[in-house]
This record gives sequence, C-alpha cells and structure tokens, in this order.
Amino acid sequence: MKNTVNPLDKHFKIAHREALFGVILVVINFIWWYGFGYGLGSGKVENYTYIFGLPAWFFYSCILGFLVMTILVILTIKFLFKDVPFDEEEGEHQ
Amino acid sequence: MNWPVITPLIIFLLIIFAVGIWSNKFVLKSNSFLEEYFLGERQMGGFILAMTMVATYGSASSFIGGPGVAYTQGLGWVFLAMAQLATGYFTLMILGKKFAIVARRYKAITLIDFLKERYHSKTVVLLSAASIIIFLFSSMTAQWIGGARLVESLTGLSYTTALFIFAFSVLVFVIVGGFRAVALTDAIQGVVMFLGTLILLIATIKAGGGVPKIISDLAAENPNLISPFGAERNLTPAYVSSFWILVGIGVVGLPQITVRAMSYKNSKAMHSAIIIGTIVVGFIMLGMHLIGVFARPVLPGVKVGDTVMPLLSMKVLPPFVAGIVLAAPMAAIMSTVDALLILVSSAIVKDVYLNYIKPNASNNQIKKISFSVTAIIGILVILLSLSPPDLIVWLNLFSFGGLESVFIWPVILGLYWKKGNKHGAIASMILGMGSYILLDRFYPNAFGLHTVVLPILLSFVGFIVVSLLYRQKAGTSHMEFQK
Repeated sequence: MKNTVNPLDKHFKIAHREALFGVILVVINFIWWYGFGYGLGSGKVENYTYIFGLPAWFFYSCILGFLVMTILVILTIKFLFKDVPFDEEEGEHQ
Repeated sequence: MNWPVITPLIIFLLIIFAVGIWSNKFVLKSNSFLEEYFLGERQMGGFILAMTMVATYGSASSFIGGPGVAYTQGLGWVFLAMAQLATGYFTLMILGKKFAIVARRYKAITLIDFLKERYHSKTVVLLSAASIIIFLFSSMTAQWIGGARLVESLTGLSYTTALFIFAFSVLVFVIVGGFRAVALTDAIQGVVMFLGTLILLIATIKAGGGVPKIISDLAAENPNLISPFGAERNLTPAYVSSFWILVGIGVVGLPQITVRAMSYKNSKAMHSAIIIGTIVVGFIMLGMHLIGVFARPVLPGVKVGDTVMPLLSMKVLPPFVAGIVLAAPMAAIMSTVDALLILVSSAIVKDVYLNYIKPNASNNQIKKISFSVTAIIGILVILLSLSPPDLIVWLNLFSFGGLESVFIWPVILGLYWKKGNKHGAIASMILGMGSYILLDRFYPNAFGLHTVVLPILLSFVGFIVVSLLYRQKAGTSHMEFQK
C-alpha cells in the first residue's frame, strides 16, 4: 500500500504506548491481589478480621481489588487512550 | 418434566434462533461472504464486542465446573478465579490498536491470515490450523458435554437425547448465521449470564442467612475453607499465581479471543469494550465462584461438583426464576461452542482449503463449503461427545494451555518485535505445543506451577533465539511488515 508512512508511525506509537499501559495495569492488579490475599490471609484463620462478613484478605484482595481495577481501567481509557482511525483509506471516517 | 423451569429455557432458545435467522439475511446479502460469515464485516460496536469476548471466554467451566470446584475448595478457589479479571482489559489493550490496524492492512479474516501475512510461511499456517483444529475440538467436546449434562439434569431426558437437543440448537444458528449470529447471540447470552449470576448470588446469600452467617458456618465446618489455601491447604501461592498465566494474560494467545480483537468497528468500540468487559467478566467470575462457596452451607453434601449450580438454583429459587438463571450456563456453553465452531470452520475453509487446495473457488462454492464444513464439524463433535470423559474443567483447561503455548508469542512478538521471523515462529509453535503435551503427560505442574508456565517460557526463548539465528535470511518478511 502506498500511503504515507508518517501518520501510521504516529498511530503505531500510540498503539505501543497503550499496550504498555495494559502491562502496567496487569502488574498493579497482580501485586494488589497477591499482596492483600497472602499478606492478610496467611495467618491463622482464628485471627482473621472480617469486613461485611467476609474475611479481610478476601474483601481487600478480591472485592475491593475488583473495584479498584475497574476504576483504574476507566481512568486509563478516559485520559490516556486516544482515538485512532483503523482503515488507512478512510482515515477520517469516525 | 419440570415445565416451569423448562419454559424460560425454551423461550431463550427461540430468541437465539430468531437472531440466527435474522443474521442469515446479512450473510446472503453480503458482497464479501467470507468477511461477513467469519468476521461479521468488522462492524462490532463496543457493547457487542465486550459481550462476545466475555461470553466466548466464560464457558462451562465458569458456570458449572468452576463453582463446583469452589464448593469443595472454598474461598481459595474464588481467589484463584479472580486472576481472570485481567482478561477483561489485558487482551484488548495488548493486541489493541496495533493488531486492529495491521489486521485490516493484511485484510486478515482469521488469526491465521494474520500469521500468514506476517511470516509468509506455509509451515506456520499449517501448524496453526492443525493446533486450532486439534485443541479446539477437545475444548468443544468438553463444552458440548457440559451443555448436554445440563439439559439432562434439568429435563430428566437421557444424556444422548439431551446432547442432540443441545447440539441441534447450536448448530442451526451457527450454520445459517455465521459470525454475526455468533456475536449477537453472545451479547444476549452475556446479558443472561450477568443477570443469572446476580439473581442466584442474592438468592443464595438470602438462603444461607446472610454473608456473616455463611462464612461462620464454613469456618465451623473447616477453617481452611475461608483461607486462600483451599480446603486441604494444597493451593500453594506459586500454583495459584501461575493461573495468572493460564487464565489471565495467556488468554491473549487464544484464537477465539484474538479473532474478536479484529472484528470491531473503531477505536471507540474498543475503548468501551475494555470498560464493559472488565466489569462484566470480573462480576461473573467473582459472583459465580462465590455462589459455589456459599452453596456449601445451603446445600451440604453434594458429591459431584458439576451438579452444584443446577441443584442450588432449583433449591433457592422459584421454578420459573430458576429456569431463567439456568439459561445462564446454557448461554455460556452455547456462546463458547458457537465461537469455537465458527473458528474451526474458518481454519478449514479459509486457511487450508482456500490457501492450498482451491485458491480460486467461486463465491458460491465458498458458501457451500463453509456451510457444510461447519455442519460436518458439529456432527463430528457430537459423535465424540457420545462417550464423554469426566471432568469438564480440566479437559477445557488442557486446550486452553495448549493453544496459548502455541500462539501467544507468534502473535505478540509478531506484532511488537520487528526482528521476529518465520523460523522463530515455527520453533516457538512446535516447542510450545510439544512441551505442553509432553509435560502434561509426564511431568505436570513442574516446580509447583501450573503445567502451562514452562511451555510458554520455552516457546518464548525458542522464538527469540531462532529468530536471531536466522536474522539475515528473513530480511524480506521484515521489510514487508515495515512498509
């Protein structure tokens, strides 16, 4: 295809940056999940504390972790992701 | 026959049929049969995209097998299942815009099209087609069995009759409607899955006397049930964490998921799909597995894990509502099977037949071949399912791991590493598939990690080393990619 290289390079640069955000998010997700899960859950079960009836390790790791990740994903998309046309021929079309 | 439960299921099936027939209009009208039948003309919006990814990913194991294991293992298994939250955003972000742009430029309709244009290698194409056909066949069989078991337990029909009813319903709408029917019904099925999870979760908590009561009942029975280590304390951190590779980031390598990452309309659709997908997949995985654990005090003494979910629904819900909730696993299974069916069919028709057997087939021939190949595969899988093996979850995960080890690096490094070439890709695929099968047979869960971890590492090393060794010779494919 004989399109000019420039806009495409720009699009690829955006794409690479966004893929990197995906990796960063998954690392945060994993650390949060592992940290709270095993950080709070490794002790004796008798010594567990409870939040809304659930063991604290589970609440922070799985319930709060889910909410936090959802918010992070939404913020990432809203502020860091850019709209890019996919079809080179009809670049202006939405 | 339990009519109050069955009626909502029948209504659900009728809606699905209607969508299939409606989609057939597009298939018949379309200028480009292949792109319409196997990719829905790249017209998927954000909501449909999110739902079709969730529904394809969420399968029998999420609704039947998973809650069953959670029932025996306790909260540790819910904790493990939450590794799947990453699939909601990671896959679309990683493949992302690069894959969408490149796939369009290559005019790729299947994942294999992409690999073919990227690596220019017949070996890569044939290896890919072979692994898709082998692994997805086993996965489809597992789903088919799950579906039939479900129909069996709900209606009291024999397994064989149940299998035929289930298989027939799926085959009809996939064969006539193609990818568009699959994606649209996935959207409906995704909504059903979401609502079903919500209703059943609330009803189970109520039946158990509230969360604190359920948790203390569990702790009284066996304190380990509320620890992250599983009922027998055999879920080690290393093993549980390695599921992040199997069901979290490795999902990027699943062809049924990647093909969706090239089916969407524009970047707005992708953005909203990431948000919706994360919420829905997180909620369903958390909800369904929690239901499995909470079912324990409500419904003690269930022997076969796979029956927990149907038995529980019938116990805690009024019959008509139970029917609606049980449409959820049905939906999950159908939406996975339909995606696999269309994918295997595309591998045969598009990637093998059109590439190597009859490159200049007419539009009409392609149509006939596509319809009949889809039908034949469906029937073959039914025959396989007639004498079914036992645990759905593991059969299904076997094909997961196998496909991931084969495809993850050729796809990701193919996209992001310019020096990657066909030699690297071939080495990586063979190493991935070979080591996965061997390790699974002879040395499963090496070093306390899930079997999938080593093959993925090996295929990574293989890709890099062999690509670098053959760097000079592969200059052409590199240039092609650069243009």
